[in-house]
Amino acid sequence: MFTKALKQSMGLAVVMAALAGCSSTSTTDTAATDSSATASSVDSSAVSGSSMDDSMAKLDTVFYFDFDQSVLKPEARAALTAHAAQLKASPRSVRLEGHADERGTREYNMALGERRAKAVRDFLVLQGVDSSNLETISYGEERLASSSSHEMNRRVELK
Amino acid sequence: MNLPLFRLWQLLLVLVCFTLSSQLRAELTIEITQGVDNPTRIAIAPFGWDGAALPENLDSIVESDLQRSGQFSTIPKRDMLSFPRREADVYYRDWRMLGSEYLLLANMEQTPEGEYQLTFELFDVLSQVKLLRKRVDGELSQLRDMAHFVSDVVYETITGIRGAFSTKIVYVEAFSSERYRLMMADADGARPRVLLKSKHPIMSPAWSPDGRQVAYVSFETGRPAIFRQELASGVREQLTNFKGLNGAPAWSPDGSKMALVLSKDGNPEIYVLDLATRKFSRITRHFAIDTEPNWTLDGKGVIFTSDRGGKPQIYQVTLASGRTERLTFEGDYNARPRLSPDGKHLVMVHRLNGVFHIAAQDMKTGMIRVLTETHLDESPSIAPNGAMLMYATKYRGKGILGAVSLDAGVKFRLPSKQGDVREPSWSPYF
Repeated sequence: MFTKALKQSMGLAVVMAALAGCSSTSTTDTAATDSSATASSVDSSAVSGSSMDDSMAKLDTVFYFDFDQSVLKPEARAALTAHAAQLKASPRSVRLEGHADERGTREYNMALGERRAKAVRDFLVLQGVDSSNLETISYGEERLASSSSHEMNRRVELK
Repeated sequence: MNLPLFRLWQLLLVLVCFTLSSQLRAELTIEITQGVDNPTRIAIAPFGWDGAALPENLDSIVESDLQRSGQFSTIPKRDMLSFPRREADVYYRDWRMLGSEYLLLANMEQTPEGEYQLTFELFDVLSQVKLLRKRVDGELSQLRDMAHFVSDVVYETITGIRGAFSTKIVYVEAFSSERYRLMMADADGARPRVLLKSKHPIMSPAWSPDGRQVAYVSFETGRPAIFRQELASGVREQLTNFKGLNGAPAWSPDGSKMALVLSKDGNPEIYVLDLATRKFSRITRHFAIDTEPNWTLDGKGVIFTSDRGGKPQIYQVTLASGRTERLTFEGDYNARPRLSPDGKHLVMVHRLNGVFHIAAQDMKTGMIRVLTETHLDESPSIAPNGAMLMYATKYRGKGILGAVSLDAGVKFRLPSKQGDVREPSWSPYF
């Protein structure tokens, strides 16, 4: 049973990798990384089933905002306070990715995403986290989390 | 895995790849949704040609060019009583009977060297005079260019406005949040070509005023950075690599500078990069968002979006003095300004009753006119003749390009078979 499943998933991974490879004839150097990224994403989806069973209490890593706003909501403050405590106890580099929903213009939304990421950063720094460990980046509306919900897209992801 | 099975896999892959790449070649196709009430009627006789079948149908390219302008309607070929190739074959009465105001005919020949020569003549049917006779030459690969040249000449002769059928567009295609392409195509969506492929977002393409380069934002380094790319050679150069935003590049009218957005000093500000000296000068100083710069026609000022008044509105700064004035007052969201080539209209994204549309503001009276009735409209880009603008919108859940004339009388859309299409940028004249 197990070997059959493994063979199937390997076959799928080969197809995915080859697909990614054959469709890229670009002059840029992203082609090679493209195919490997596609193949590995197939692998990770195969193990995600078991990790769902883990009932470890995990902190929220996505924080939501109101339209055209960058003010942290109370629930975000609570989660971020806990993150700050963790980051002070065991410092690591954190990337704060700011996003916007599709409404409004793309470059303005880039600015909005950055403003949101910085609101999260400033809050963490106020809680005593070393700012040199925090990098902010905005994706504006270029990487939506949902195609139907504006609320889900106005967010900062802590990574 | 045994060998024959592996071969089968390979064959399957080749098939899948083949299907995929033929789908990827799918063009943007035009659907005209609204034209003017009384379009000029023109008859375009089938172009004469005695050689082997050509890869392009030139008269139908001219026909769809003129139809797409919204200002012309064409006489169906099945109604025509004759297919004249030269002036001697023209009987004006036949064309008047069909209600045609103008008649275009053309004849193509090939030189011994293999070059194609298209001679075309335009007639005013009502006053029974020949308006012009011209010739355009080209290679087999330039047949579409030759047809667009004919359209440009016909359009300008009849309307008095320079045609923009020979121009190009650049746009961004997204197939998922992991696959992006920067594309260039003819203004009618034909002959799409890939300029850049990336698994990271590509944004804000902008033409250099000479039409030889395109600047854009690419996240390929893991962060947004501004690049410029020479179209002929494909040679690229990274222009910025600052912390934070590196966005919204806009070439100055003389091509020597670039206005852009950097947030390296804390929040988004407009800068001007001198492309020769590589010096950045900061233009705005405000704690609010300042973004989406675009040059005034004389290159002495920059118009931009700012939320310094609480909501996004459009401002203009004079570079020499730093004097800044607000240009928009109607509505609570006006952004991404573009000036029409005659300077009379400010085109922007405008929110009306919660919906984002493209609007034009009369620079003299300040009156705003909403041009589109689609939703989530953004990224307006005006044709170099100022007759039409292209923009990005949503149609049946997908990002597509739409076009509208600056008087809102003509509308068409260019749906794509697959992927989200966005951020059109209309080229200058070449």
